[in-house]
Amino acid sequence: MVPADQGGGMMRADLLSESVDGLDEALAAVDAFDRVLVTGLLRPGPAQAAGLAEIARAVTGTPLAAKVSEAAEKASAGAAGEDHFVALAAARAALLGSVHDALAARTEEATGRPRGEQGTPEPAGQQPANLLAAARSWLSDLARRGWRGLDHDVVSGAAHVVSAMLPDPGLRRLATLLDGFAAELAASCPGATLERVPERRWADLWSRGMLLTLPGAAQVPVTGTVTGRLLPLGVDLQEHATAVQAQVHAVLEPAEGGASRLVRASVSVPKPDTVVGAGLWQLLRPHMSLLAAVGEGCSMDLTDMPVTVEGDLIWSDAHARQGAPADAFATARVALPTAADSYVAPLDRHPARLVVPVFLEGYAVGGDDDAVVLTAAGSPLVVDTDRIPSAGPLTPEAVAASGACIGLLRWDAGSFRVQPLAVETTVRRKVVPLHAGGWAGGTTDKTGVRAEKAATDAVTVLRERAGRLLRK
Amino acid sequence: MSHWERSSTARVIPSARPRKLAKVPFVELADGRLQGVVSSGSDIERVYVSSVAVGTFAFACSTNNNRPCGGARGSFCNHIRALVTEAVLQYGASRVARYLKIDTGTGEADAQTLTGVMINSRPAQGDTTAAAPVFSRFLRHLAYLELAPTTAPLPEMQWFPPTRAVA
Repeated sequence: MVPADQGGGMMRADLLSESVDGLDEALAAVDAFDRVLVTGLLRPGPAQAAGLAEIARAVTGTPLAAKVSEAAEKASAGAAGEDHFVALAAARAALLGSVHDALAARTEEATGRPRGEQGTPEPAGQQPANLLAAARSWLSDLARRGWRGLDHDVVSGAAHVVSAMLPDPGLRRLATLLDGFAAELAASCPGATLERVPERRWADLWSRGMLLTLPGAAQVPVTGTVTGRLLPLGVDLQEHATAVQAQVHAVLEPAEGGASRLVRASVSVPKPDTVVGAGLWQLLRPHMSLLAAVGEGCSMDLTDMPVTVEGDLIWSDAHARQGAPADAFATARVALPTAADSYVAPLDRHPARLVVPVFLEGYAVGGDDDAVVLTAAGSPLVVDTDRIPSAGPLTPEAVAASGACIGLLRWDAGSFRVQPLAVETTVRRKVVPLHAGGWAGGTTDKTGVRAEKAATDAVTVLRERAGRLLRK
Repeated sequence: MSHWERSSTARVIPSARPRKLAKVPFVELADGRLQGVVSSGSDIERVYVSSVAVGTFAFACSTNNNRPCGGARGSFCNHIRALVTEAVLQYGASRVARYLKIDTGTGEADAQTLTGVMINSRPAQGDTTAAAPVFSRFLRHLAYLELAPTTAPLPEMQWFPPTRAVA
């Protein structure tokens, strides 16, 4: 139980380890479909027919039922067309959507935070249909081959699609997904000799890619603007070989008063695979002044900043200026407990997209060499230390020596874990905050400066080579 | 099924390790070859396109204008040696060995060991037909620096967490 004197900010971590009704059944149907993709649908056998029947059965009674049932039948006969693959991807997404909703209800209960306003985004905008069709055709090839049938020929089919899509910002979501996915598949060729297959992951990427080829699916329209004080909690960094994104999680206090809400500000860019570590911050830094503010521990004052229905700010430096110093831990202790969570758009209802800012303190640290475990009020929560970016002052050792932690609660492979964004730890009897994104705006740390110099050199060489060799 | 197979964010490729790019600006394990681009030591305008094939270790080296490399007759030239060294820095020796199907026995391998094993198998000189596609892949790689950033969110990146584990 939560001690009464902790106020409303304490998380009910005990709820996170309890089982969720219906979760295993939904995931069993997902797993059945994921196994189908391992051997592919070129010459499906009885095992694959059974897997397809299972996912069709799981969406019986939903609006998808008829389409999915037809798709499963065609696919079982080795005669699935692209529309059938899209229907199967939709069924899988719907099942994981229900898993997401059940888990989100659980995290809401655990954090005790209010739910944000609901809304339904209207699809808008036009995307070049031929590129979307090319992507769908490549993904359909993958489904026929199966992961075990992967070879360089089929994987390399993505390259020209990705190259054509990347320059168009409207296609960036699908392009970035396909680029990262194809790189993994290429590194895993030939599929026949793979020791193990990341079944859930590749089926996730495949089905999400499929759905993003539907015109308008990637559009999350701006629904308004916000004005007020932005109090950063921390930075979440995501990367694959040729792309990086930083997302700042923050509490927004509206200038006109009223309830504060959780928002995100994102900046992303494609990159050469040799730009890593501190080089990632260097690429992102010039395009969002917020990264420097986070590094300096400052708030920002926003004026008419565009925001989506999902609480994503569409950042533009013109709508922001640096505000007063704001300690992330003060924000986490005081402002986070009453900030409303955001609405989640239908396509984003997936457990991997469930990212919940939380504040933990008063825990005991346990675990071993492989894992750090924070136990508060008798409830253990495993720390995902692998997600801490290497170019920053936060380390797994610092988490293990910490007394308070701002993190992101995530669910993967059957359990909740917390990704640390910042911790408070004691150095020479003084409490010191360490942030995963501490070097986002630059650093004077000795190791950090060395990493920055190495990254600058790498980009300088590439730009010099590009200057001489490109456009000749 | 194990935890890894049921994970949406299972790590499939370890992060590339940072390395100096001046000598070998581009290296990749792709198309059944270790391949890349090596800067000429004497002419700043010239680069060499070098490659070693998986399994046979058939090697090729020529300039981007398709002139053969004088050093790559009979055995690996210095460009190919540099390519192997930098590949080991970027991807780690074990991934390079596994990809090229180099039998290193049980011991810890380094770039020198890998190069030694390949040379001792007396590999054949391959043709330089791959030079053009490898060079164009290098240009495509450089073009990533020219792409505009965006502040619209990419929810798909949730599937690509960083990893502290390196190759």
